[in-house]
Amino acid sequence: MSALDSIAEAREFVSRFGPQALADEALARAAAVQPVLNALITTLPDDPVVLDAAGPIAGIPFVHKDLFCTQGARTTAGSAMLSGFVPPYDATVTARLRQAGARCIGKANMDEFAMGSSNENSAFGPVRNPWDLSRVPGGSSGGSAAAVAAGLVPFATGSDTGGSVRQPAAFCGITGFKPSYGRVSRHGMIAYASSLDQAGVLARSIEDCATVLSVLAGADPLDATSVDVPVDAYQAALGAGVVGMRIGVVGSMFGAGVRPEVAATVRSALAELERAGAILVDIDLATLAHAIPAYYVIAPAEASSNLSRYDGVRYGHRAGDVRDLKSLYRKSRSEGFGIEVKRRILGGTYVLSSGYYDAYYLRAQQVRRLIAEDFARAFAGVDVLAGPTTPDVAFRLGEKTEDPLAMYAADINTVAVNLAGLPAVSLPAGLVEGLPVGLQLIAPAFGESRLFAAGQALQQRTAFHQARAPEVQS
Amino acid sequence: MSWQCVIGLEIHVQLATRSKLFSGAATAYGADPNTQTSWVDAALPGTLPVPNAEAVRLAALFGLAIDAEIAHRSVFARKNYFYPDSPKGYQISQYETPIVGRGVLPVRLDDGREIEVEIVRAHLEEDAGKSLHDVFHGATGIDLNRAGTPLIEVVSAPCLYSAEEAVAYLRTVHQLVRWLGVSDGNMAEGSFRCDANVSVRPGPDAPLGTRCEIKNVNSFRFVEKAIEFEIERQIRALENGETIVQETRLYDAAQNRTRPMRSKEDAEDYRYFPDPDLPPIVIDEAFLDGLRASMPELPRARATRYQQVLQLSPYDAFKLTESRALSEYFEQALSALATGQPSTRHPALAKMAANWINGELASALNDEDRPIEQSRVAPGALAGLIRRIDDNTISGKIAKDVFQGMWAGEGGADAVIEARGLRQVTDTGAIDAMIGDLLAQFPEQVTKFRAGDEKIFQFLVGQAMKATRGKANPAIVNERLRAMLG
Repeated sequence: MSALDSIAEAREFVSRFGPQALADEALARAAAVQPVLNALITTLPDDPVVLDAAGPIAGIPFVHKDLFCTQGARTTAGSAMLSGFVPPYDATVTARLRQAGARCIGKANMDEFAMGSSNENSAFGPVRNPWDLSRVPGGSSGGSAAAVAAGLVPFATGSDTGGSVRQPAAFCGITGFKPSYGRVSRHGMIAYASSLDQAGVLARSIEDCATVLSVLAGADPLDATSVDVPVDAYQAALGAGVVGMRIGVVGSMFGAGVRPEVAATVRSALAELERAGAILVDIDLATLAHAIPAYYVIAPAEASSNLSRYDGVRYGHRAGDVRDLKSLYRKSRSEGFGIEVKRRILGGTYVLSSGYYDAYYLRAQQVRRLIAEDFARAFAGVDVLAGPTTPDVAFRLGEKTEDPLAMYAADINTVAVNLAGLPAVSLPAGLVEGLPVGLQLIAPAFGESRLFAAGQALQQRTAFHQARAPEVQS
Repeated sequence: MSWQCVIGLEIHVQLATRSKLFSGAATAYGADPNTQTSWVDAALPGTLPVPNAEAVRLAALFGLAIDAEIAHRSVFARKNYFYPDSPKGYQISQYETPIVGRGVLPVRLDDGREIEVEIVRAHLEEDAGKSLHDVFHGATGIDLNRAGTPLIEVVSAPCLYSAEEAVAYLRTVHQLVRWLGVSDGNMAEGSFRCDANVSVRPGPDAPLGTRCEIKNVNSFRFVEKAIEFEIERQIRALENGETIVQETRLYDAAQNRTRPMRSKEDAEDYRYFPDPDLPPIVIDEAFLDGLRASMPELPRARATRYQQVLQLSPYDAFKLTESRALSEYFEQALSALATGQPSTRHPALAKMAANWINGELASALNDEDRPIEQSRVAPGALAGLIRRIDDNTISGKIAKDVFQGMWAGEGGADAVIEARGLRQVTDTGAIDAMIGDLLAQFPEQVTKFRAGDEKIFQFLVGQAMKATRGKANPAIVNERLRAMLG
C-alpha cells in the first residue's frame, strides 16, 4: 500500500509531511514509469496550487486528462494540432479542482480529441496497460486509467463520450465514474461530441470517485447544457446500501460477442450484490443493438463541426509553405489531425450533407430517442441496470488498429448510456486470465447516488478494486 | 411585353444589446481590432456559447410588433463553412425553427398608397468578424470584434413589385426597429444591412423567374439603384433571349451596376444541424404577456391617431412618426400647448405644432445635421413660442425671428421677444396714427385705390407692416386701413 493508492491515505500523508512531499512522491513515480507506460503527455512539476484550501482533496495530487484546459499549461487533446497550445483560461473542472486545493502533476495521454478506445490514436504515442504492457489501457482516457492503475495518483479526470472513462477503467482494473449529461460543466473541456461528452473520474474506489465528483458536480453559468439540479450528498449515499435495490441484469449486454468468462465474472460480482440484499431482475433492452450505428453517426457529425475551428488561423498547427487560404486550411488540417480524427470528420461531414441528413443524422436522432425511451421504461421497474462494461478484457496493441469497425463494435455496452445521457460506473469485478473485468452499473439521469450506494456495497464486500497491477519495471 | 419584377428582402438587423449573442464581450462599434473579442468569440478550444437573454427579448419584441407568431420553442443551428472571419468554422443561426414566424407589416409608399408586406420569418444569428485586407502588407488581418454580435435576419416574402416598394418596406422596418429600441439602425456602422432577391417575369400570373441575390447594399439610395439596375439587366437579358443564371451579385456603387460574385453551382452545403451546445430557447405566454404590456404605441397606430383625433393631414402624421424621438418631441410640445385648452382647440394647436416641427425646426436641425434628441430648442420652449403666436403677442412671421433667437441660445420665446422688442402692436390708437402718416405719405396711391384699384390695398398693408417692422397685428392693420380708406 502506498500513500498514492487512495484519497484517505494521501490525506493522511499530507497531514504528516505536507502536500509538497506527496506531490514529489507522485512526480517521482510518474517519472519512473513514464518511459514504459507513456501515461502523461506533459508533466507539471510545479503547477500552482491553492495552499489555503481545506476539504477532502486539498493537497491531493491528480492527473488531468489533456483535454481539460489548464491556464498556462499546454493542453493538446492528444493531437499534433494542439501540441503547442497553451490555454489562457482554466476549464471549470480545472478551476474547481484547483479551488479545492488538488495538485495537478501532469496532463494525461489520450486518444486524439477523445476519439478511440485504445489510446493508440494519440499523437504522443500509445499508452501501455500496467497489467500487461503488450496490451492497451483502453481509451480514450487511457493515460488517466493507466496512471491510477500504476499508482501514480489516487485519482484522475477523464471524459466519457461513448465509454471513454468506463472502458479504460475496466481494462485497467479501477473504478471509472461517468456522471449524467449536464452534471459536470463542459466549459473548457475540448469538445469531441457536445451532446454526449461528459467529464468523469477514475480512481481505485467508488468512495474516491464520490469524493471527487462532489467537488466537480453542479451547474455552471458558462455551460448552457449544464443542468441546475441539486447535487446529492454523495458521501452519504455511499452508506445507503443495496437492501431492496432492484438491479436489472440486461440480457443483451451479455449476448453474442461477450466472452463467456467475462460474462461469468460479472455475474458472480452481481451475485455478491444479491447477497448484500439487492434483488436481481432479468431485463432486456431491445434498442441496444442500434446504439453503435446511432452513436457513430451522431458523434462524428458533431465532431466534424466541433473540429472546424482547428484551421491554422488563430492557434494550433499552421502549415508552412501555403499558397492561399484553401491550401492553408487543407495542409494545416491534413498535417495536424491523425487518421481516426480524419475518418470521423469525413464520416460526420457526409452524414450532415444535403441529401444524406435525413437518412443518417435525423434517423440516428430518432434511434437515440427510442433508446432513451427504452431506458426510461426499464427504470420504471428497476433502480439500476447492470452488465459487463466491455465484451472482453484489454486487447493487444495493434490488434484492432487495422479494423476500426471491430474497435467500434467493442463499445456496444457503453455508448447507449451516453446517447441517453445517463450516469454509469465501471467497477472492478475480478480477473480473467490475469486481466481485469469491469461491471457496469447504470442509473436514471441524476441518480448518481444509486451508483455510489451499489458500488460501495460491492467494494465493502469484495477486494476486486484492491487488486494491483504488477509493479511496472522501469 | 410588360415585365413584372418580384423582390424579396433579407434584412440583417443588429440588436441593441451591450454584450454579444453568446459571450460577455462588448458590442460597441469602432474599438481597436480584437479588443472586444472574448475566448468564446475567438473560438478557443473548450469554449461554449451562452445565450444572451436580452437578444432573445428584442427578437421576440420585434416579432410581436409585426403580429408574428413567436415560437415557444426555437432552436439554434450551426451553419458550417470555413472562412477566417468565422472562427468556429460555423455560424450559430436558426434554421428550421426560427424564433419569429410569419408576420405582416403595413407599408405606406411615398405617393400615399399602402401595401401589406408579408414577413416569412425572423431568426436570431451571430455576426461574423471582419477580414482586413489593407492593413498589413502581404497578409490579411482578422478582427473578431464584430464576431458574435447579435442579429435578427428578417426575411420577406417575394411580394415587393418595384424598387420603390422595396425601399419603402426597408424604411418601415428601419423605422420600426429603431422605434422599438431593437436596434440603433445605424447603416454606416453596418447595424442595418440588406440583401435583395430580384427576379422578373412576363406578367403577374407567370411563375416566378430565376432570381439573383444582391448582397449587402448599405444605404436606402443604393438599395433602390441596385434593384433598378438589376431589374433592367434581367429584362434586357431576357429580351435578348438569354436566360438568367441563379447567382449572388455585388452592387458596385461607383459604377452603379451589379456584377456576379458566385453562382449557385459554387453554393456551399452548409450542413445545418441543431447546435448541441445550446438548449432550445423556450418562451412562455407569461413572458410574451410581459412584452406586450411593455410594447410602446407603434408608429402606424400613432399616425392613425394623429389623423383621427388631432385631424392632422396624412403627410404631417407620417412625417411626425418617422422616428420615435421626433414623435415624442411632438407629443411633449403638444401636451405643453394643450394644457388648460379645451379639446376642441387641440387640432388647431396640433396643426401649429406640426407645422413648426416639420418646418422651421426640421430645417434648423437639418442645417446642423443634428438629431432631434439634441435640438437646441426643447419641446416646451417651442410650445412657448407657439403660444405667443396663438395669443397674438407676435405674428407668425415675427415668430420665425424669435425662433432663430431661441435657436441661437438667446433664451425662451418671451425673453427673445422682450430683448428684441418684437411684441406685436395691437393698440388701435397707435395703429391709426401710423396709418394716418402712411396715407399722408402716399396720396397718389390712396387716390388710385379710391378709384377702384383694389391691388393698392395690399401695397398699403405691406407699407404698414414695414413701418412697424412687422410688429403690427396684421388683422387689425387690415381692418383699420379699410376703415380709414373708406
